[in-house]
Amino acid sequence: MESPSHSPGPSPVFSFSTSPDRYRHLRLSVSGGAARLVLSIREDEPFRPGYVLKMNSYDLGVDLELADAIQRLRFEHPEVRVVVVTSDRDRVFCSGANIHMLASSTHPFKVNFCKFTNETRLSIEDASTHSGQKYLCAVSGACAGGGYELALACDDIVLIDDGSSTVSLPEVPLLGVLPGTGGLTRVVDKRMVRRDHADVFSTLAEGIKGKRAVEWRLVDAVAPRSRFADVVAERAKQLAAKSPAAPAGPGIHLDDVDPVVEGNTLRYRHVTVLLDPARRLAELTMHAPEAAPPATLDALVAAGASLWALRAFRELDDALLRLRFHHEELGLIVLKTRGDAAHILASDRALAAHADHWFVREVRLLMARTLRRLDATARSIFAVVDEGSAFAGSLLELVLAADRSYMLDAPGVTVHASELTGGALPMTHGPSRLALRFLHSADRAREALATAQAAPLAAADAERAGIITLVADDIDFADEVRIAIEERVSMSPDALTGMEANLRFAGVETADTKIFGRLSAWQNWIFIRPNATGDRGALTMYGRPERPQFDLRRT
Amino acid sequence: MSTAISDDKIPNNVNLSSDRRLQRALEQWQPGFINWWKEVGPEGYQADDIYLRTAISVETDGWAHFDYVKMPDYRWGIFLAPPEEGRTIGFGDHAGEPAWQEIPGEYRNMLRRIIVTQGDTEPASVEQQAKLGAIAPSLYDLRNLFQVNVEEGRHLWAMVYLLHNHFGRDGREEADTMLERRSGDADKPRILGAFNQPIENWLDFYMFTMFTDRDGKYQLASLQESAFDALSRTCKFMLTEEAHHMFVGETGVDRIVARSAALMKSDPNEDARAGGGFDLPLIQKYINLWFTLSLDLFGGEISSNAADYFASGLKGRYKEHQHADHAALTGSYRMTVPREGQLVEEDVPLRTAMNEVLRDNYVDDCQRAVDKWNRTLARAGVTNFTLALPHRRFHRKIGIYAGLHFDVTGHRLSAEEFAQRRSEWLPSAYDAAYVASLMTGVFAPGKIASWIAPPSKGINGQSFDFQYVRRA
Repeated sequence: MESPSHSPGPSPVFSFSTSPDRYRHLRLSVSGGAARLVLSIREDEPFRPGYVLKMNSYDLGVDLELADAIQRLRFEHPEVRVVVVTSDRDRVFCSGANIHMLASSTHPFKVNFCKFTNETRLSIEDASTHSGQKYLCAVSGACAGGGYELALACDDIVLIDDGSSTVSLPEVPLLGVLPGTGGLTRVVDKRMVRRDHADVFSTLAEGIKGKRAVEWRLVDAVAPRSRFADVVAERAKQLAAKSPAAPAGPGIHLDDVDPVVEGNTLRYRHVTVLLDPARRLAELTMHAPEAAPPATLDALVAAGASLWALRAFRELDDALLRLRFHHEELGLIVLKTRGDAAHILASDRALAAHADHWFVREVRLLMARTLRRLDATARSIFAVVDEGSAFAGSLLELVLAADRSYMLDAPGVTVHASELTGGALPMTHGPSRLALRFLHSADRAREALATAQAAPLAAADAERAGIITLVADDIDFADEVRIAIEERVSMSPDALTGMEANLRFAGVETADTKIFGRLSAWQNWIFIRPNATGDRGALTMYGRPERPQFDLRRT
Repeated sequence: MSTAISDDKIPNNVNLSSDRRLQRALEQWQPGFINWWKEVGPEGYQADDIYLRTAISVETDGWAHFDYVKMPDYRWGIFLAPPEEGRTIGFGDHAGEPAWQEIPGEYRNMLRRIIVTQGDTEPASVEQQAKLGAIAPSLYDLRNLFQVNVEEGRHLWAMVYLLHNHFGRDGREEADTMLERRSGDADKPRILGAFNQPIENWLDFYMFTMFTDRDGKYQLASLQESAFDALSRTCKFMLTEEAHHMFVGETGVDRIVARSAALMKSDPNEDARAGGGFDLPLIQKYINLWFTLSLDLFGGEISSNAADYFASGLKGRYKEHQHADHAALTGSYRMTVPREGQLVEEDVPLRTAMNEVLRDNYVDDCQRAVDKWNRTLARAGVTNFTLALPHRRFHRKIGIYAGLHFDVTGHRLSAEEFAQRRSEWLPSAYDAAYVASLMTGVFAPGKIASWIAPPSKGINGQSFDFQYVRRA
């Protein structure tokens, strides 16, 4: 669909690490229990050349900073109770994802970009719900598309009432695509805007301002320019008061987790990724801690970012992003583990014992978010439980997250659940990965958890407990795995993505699953349709001298 | 029909007396308009008799009817130029199709935006000029100010008519909002920048009517080409009135320039200030200010909105019929674009450059006026100074040059250099204080302030010393 002259996306070497002193587009300041996150997007510093970030529009570079700021506030400033998101541009809050960036991106990049931005918006809501850091969006000017979707992820939206500033979702009428970063979903599911109002709103390019925006529940309050700062400050105070009391800090500093790249190997401290383009797979190995965790809570906190559970899962997160963005053609992730399972179990035990301490809570929440990133990764995932593996406790989640698991039937090869297996690391729609395997029977789920927590399970027991897909002995194992992999990567990547996404999230629907399963799926379909990205499609024609032409058949 | 809403009170050629929708809308809106006029309209002269022109029909003898009238009783009317039989769309993707008598749903929101943006400028300028009456240089000028004001009011009516008649409830709400925004208000500012700029003295006023109203002329002229017939006909009629406003501005500046030249010639040091006039460098600064504020009103040099408006047939070029190619799909426009710190020449697709095309017409027109003022100087024997338009990159807040700094010849400067030299090119507080010091009202018939020459002739064949304003 894109002509070859379009640049294919960012060069495949970029890092996902950033920090406030390296931000180009955001300014983060913290004062007492309040933080201020200012969108000050530099138009001449796009993530890759070829477009200009006008009107506080964003691209991946901006969103990486946003994701970093949200994460850092949780770890480095646990005392923060309220975060005010605003802009320093006159009359513009944010005009959403940069259209020229989208129009000149490949389909895989667009999809990965949208997924990442969705995950970032969800992390705002996660911080609000679980970390007591409430978000207030101070919309100081035009707020369009992705700009409003960012506001929607916040707890409270204050819109400036200057007779012209609006909130809007102009994607449908202007661009022929959807507000796909949670926009449609959050309007009706989170803010509970009436569906007919939502229909009018989502087709009105110029958006809705002032009193009506409040009446329709699109924003929580409006304030004139002269009182805007006061109203924002007052509401921020009220919002902060709704949060549980702030934990005693200080926070812990998050360092970078970039891997050392040697040829086809990405080497982190606790994670190793072997890229195998010939076989179209990546083998991702997580290593157990080399020792038991620090013995006391104080020592645990003192370990900070180098605590195994935090470091290892941050590395897994980085590895997943690299696989998504840099290695689009590796269709299968083979998950492996190495090391001493006892250390993982001890680590989990410590995280369970101190669950009410803010730092431990944040580590657990980060582990859960990272596993959800794995759940939402559009690659086939096989877990391979082989000689020397350590699929215990929090790393057993890798087996449970995989589309399939293969286990070697040999002495000493076991899987083992921990205190964290039963629901501490939930999927995006709530259930634990283990429980989801037994949707038909809550009893069976409890039984499997009890069995797996009681003792290490060898292959036959693990198969019987319903944890492993296929067990094979040392004569068959290598061949079984090889054939399964070769078969898998030979199938249509699109069909596999669709199939996996449909099978992974059984059970109830939530706003999250609607965003990833319904909104994103429709959006990704629309992205490849001629009406959006064909030669005369609306997205292609945006900003060009001609008007779009539509294929009028409804499908 | 309420007593305020009748053909008698509201001259019109839109069948008001038989149009229930329009009657209902105006019954709501008209009292709000009168309240607005009294609250923020011309200050201090609402009870006086002003010698004003009222349009009572679109015929040649009807659009310029002169009489004394108190401004709140002015008969603001609704006039569209007569329909053109079988009119077809002149440009864009719909070229050749019949002009639209009703708005196509597809373009409803875009058209409403255009009309609201245009309409918002009309009451804004009345608000900006509300305090000028007290410091008018002559009764003739005072009357011209009020003529401009009531006609801006009528232009608001014209836009409100379109909103009421074609945009349903949304249109009525937008019409109400036009009376709620206030020029320069921190909370409810007018939509466009130049219309929030204070007009504190008569030098500003003449510059505004010369440069900013002239933007209005080009906007109206390009909307006169619109595929939406009612908009086209409305703008066509508004242009006849707008011409008077520009006449006020262009001749006003010319009279100031003439007076300055005369004062220079009568002073041994060629100092216009010695005789209570404006020196030419000061006049130049006001030209620099208002010309550039007005350039911004045309919008970004590279604009997808402009392309959309042209493609859809909503807004054409100035005198579209004089162009050969009305699709404008294949052409390009060469402009100087800042790229990574350098100014480079780039070919921009013609449709995307439509704002710049219109700005070109405007700049040419302004240059013509400046040339005329320079001839006035030359005739008076001033040979050591000529007025000039600043470069169009200078002092811009909108478009590709916004955020960058240039001098009046278009050379790039750093922000520090610009800040340092700003008062060489733009009025400083010191300049404004000098202008303000000369602003004292002159209200005796036939008398005029020291800094401006009398007009060559009066209004409607009357003499300069005619009693254009009769105090109550």
